[in-house]
Amino acid sequence: MARFIVRRVVQMIPLLLGITFLIFALVNLIPGSPIQAFEFNPRARPEDIARIRENLGLNEPWPLRYFYWLSDAVRGDFGFSLINATSVTDRIVGVLPNTLILTGTSLLFALIFAVPLGVYSAVKRNSWFDHLVTIGSTATFAIPTFWLGLMMIVIFAVKFREWGLPSLPVSGTHNFRGGGDLLDRARHLLMPAVALGIVQLAGWTRYIRGSMLEVIRQDFIRAAAAKGLREQSVLYVHALRNALLPLVTLIGLTIPELFGGAFFIEQIFAWNGVGRLTLDALNDRDYTVVMGTFTILAVLTLFGNLIADVLYAVLDPRIRLS
Amino acid sequence: MAQRPSVSNNRSPVLARAVSTRQAALDRNVLKEGPSLSRRAWRRFRRNKVSLVALGISIAIILFTLSAHLLSEYVTGYDYAAGDLRGNLQDPFTDDHILGTDPNGRDLLTRIAFGGRISLQVATLAALSILAIGGTAGAVAGYFGGKIDSILMRLVDVILCLPGLAVLLLVSTIFRPGPVALSFVIAVISWPTISRLVRSEVLTLRERDFVDAARVIGASDARIIFRHIFPNVVPIIVVWISLAIPGLILTEAALSFLGFGVQIPIPSWGNMLQDATAFYTRSWWNVFLPGFAIYLTVLSINLVGNGLRDALDPRLND
Repeated sequence: MARFIVRRVVQMIPLLLGITFLIFALVNLIPGSPIQAFEFNPRARPEDIARIRENLGLNEPWPLRYFYWLSDAVRGDFGFSLINATSVTDRIVGVLPNTLILTGTSLLFALIFAVPLGVYSAVKRNSWFDHLVTIGSTATFAIPTFWLGLMMIVIFAVKFREWGLPSLPVSGTHNFRGGGDLLDRARHLLMPAVALGIVQLAGWTRYIRGSMLEVIRQDFIRAAAAKGLREQSVLYVHALRNALLPLVTLIGLTIPELFGGAFFIEQIFAWNGVGRLTLDALNDRDYTVVMGTFTILAVLTLFGNLIADVLYAVLDPRIRLS
Repeated sequence: MAQRPSVSNNRSPVLARAVSTRQAALDRNVLKEGPSLSRRAWRRFRRNKVSLVALGISIAIILFTLSAHLLSEYVTGYDYAAGDLRGNLQDPFTDDHILGTDPNGRDLLTRIAFGGRISLQVATLAALSILAIGGTAGAVAGYFGGKIDSILMRLVDVILCLPGLAVLLLVSTIFRPGPVALSFVIAVISWPTISRLVRSEVLTLRERDFVDAARVIGASDARIIFRHIFPNVVPIIVVWISLAIPGLILTEAALSFLGFGVQIPIPSWGNMLQDATAFYTRSWWNVFLPGFAIYLTVLSINLVGNGLRDALDPRLND
């Protein structure tokens, strides 16, 4: 097992190098640079621009700069923002918890509802409940996350206020005036997390239902039933445990999707997270911040895959570690 | 095809009769073909009422978007770019704007049609490009194996590990692509999935007898891939395309929504939604409509795809 994990981690290194190099190359292909703002400014003399370029290290060829960046990055130092000279590492560390809280809550929300829905509709296959769940999940799965977020704002913040109902806050992680306690943060978190989680919920429900149906058909379930075990114990102990196995893998693989969705939700709900940081940095041509956030996203994606593989191997002894 | 050798001048009459009986059996069973694969698939598809309705809606949406020019000329009478700021954010059915107007006072019905046309064009073009890249890569990797295979599959691994949306944003920032370039950009980042599917299918097909037979006759690699293997991969590809296009529509809408996709003044469902966000307190309708158009399209094409999968999946054929 230990050897398997070590090998997987070692395999990640060239992959991570390749990804960061690719992103670095792309970032440096962006026409326009942080200096662009000065180039047409009549008060900036050419020698000033040259000095700024020199100071930012932009006069060196980018493959060389990649190695500078890499040697710092492996020590956890992603350099400084080219726009406002703040430490990129600090900024990412500052907003990463917000993104993790948002994605974590939405994943939790999705799973809490998806597992019982999926399992029960598989157990009661072809009942009206099953049909309802199937139709509902198919209809929900096609909703664009960003539209859902906006419509939720329109309904639960704008219309609810018009109708005199209690409305929810729509922007930020907490109230700056007098807020910041747990209840206030929870109220701010509710809508973005649900908006991000609903599409996940639909996907998970379908998946769990399918996985459960597959397990119910297998011999060991028939054996357990033939042994005379109660139906409840066959379904909810023997079958469920096996049906939830692939779920572990899938959670790892969903991580990039969750972060992708967080891009929109953070933008729509003014949630101060990695997605917003990235979008702002892209608009500002802030190379170092973009490199930092992309690297973090890639690392999280890779670790998601790794954890999925390892957990699957741990939980399912049928998997051979070859 | 070569003429079937005659069996009449065989030496042994017994053998001749045996052969000719066998020939007759062959004629009966093989040469009189049953309904073709596509006809059988259609029969199965037709039984699924939900997919059938979804197919109708999809076709209606496609026709609606394709007739955007006609619509603007004969029905609404408005250009998609011409706006009147004094009459912005109007409700449906005011001042002969059937679906009202957008924040710039432009006719919404016209814009929805034109926006949909762009969205569907980008998605279709992207799907075809993905097929060209991913299908070829998968077929080559699966057929030749060895070094080519491992190089291509490592590349696939790297691309699958990229944070897809983020890279799309990055590439769109670099190239500021128009609709056509945008679909290629989307394709470059999304081909790995189909190439893995095609590869694994080709891997098993490669070992089949009919491929050996073709090779013995002396067919070239290209001929074997395109004439003998490719037709067997078609069902998978059809199902994959119909399930991928909704995803691609969403991708385009998402990029345009963030301002990195189709650029104004060309309307797309995504950037129309973006235009409306600043006005959500004044007009919920403007937020609702483009998003609902995306939703309806994605949902119905998805359902068509599900129906096609059930009808075409070779594993369900028995």
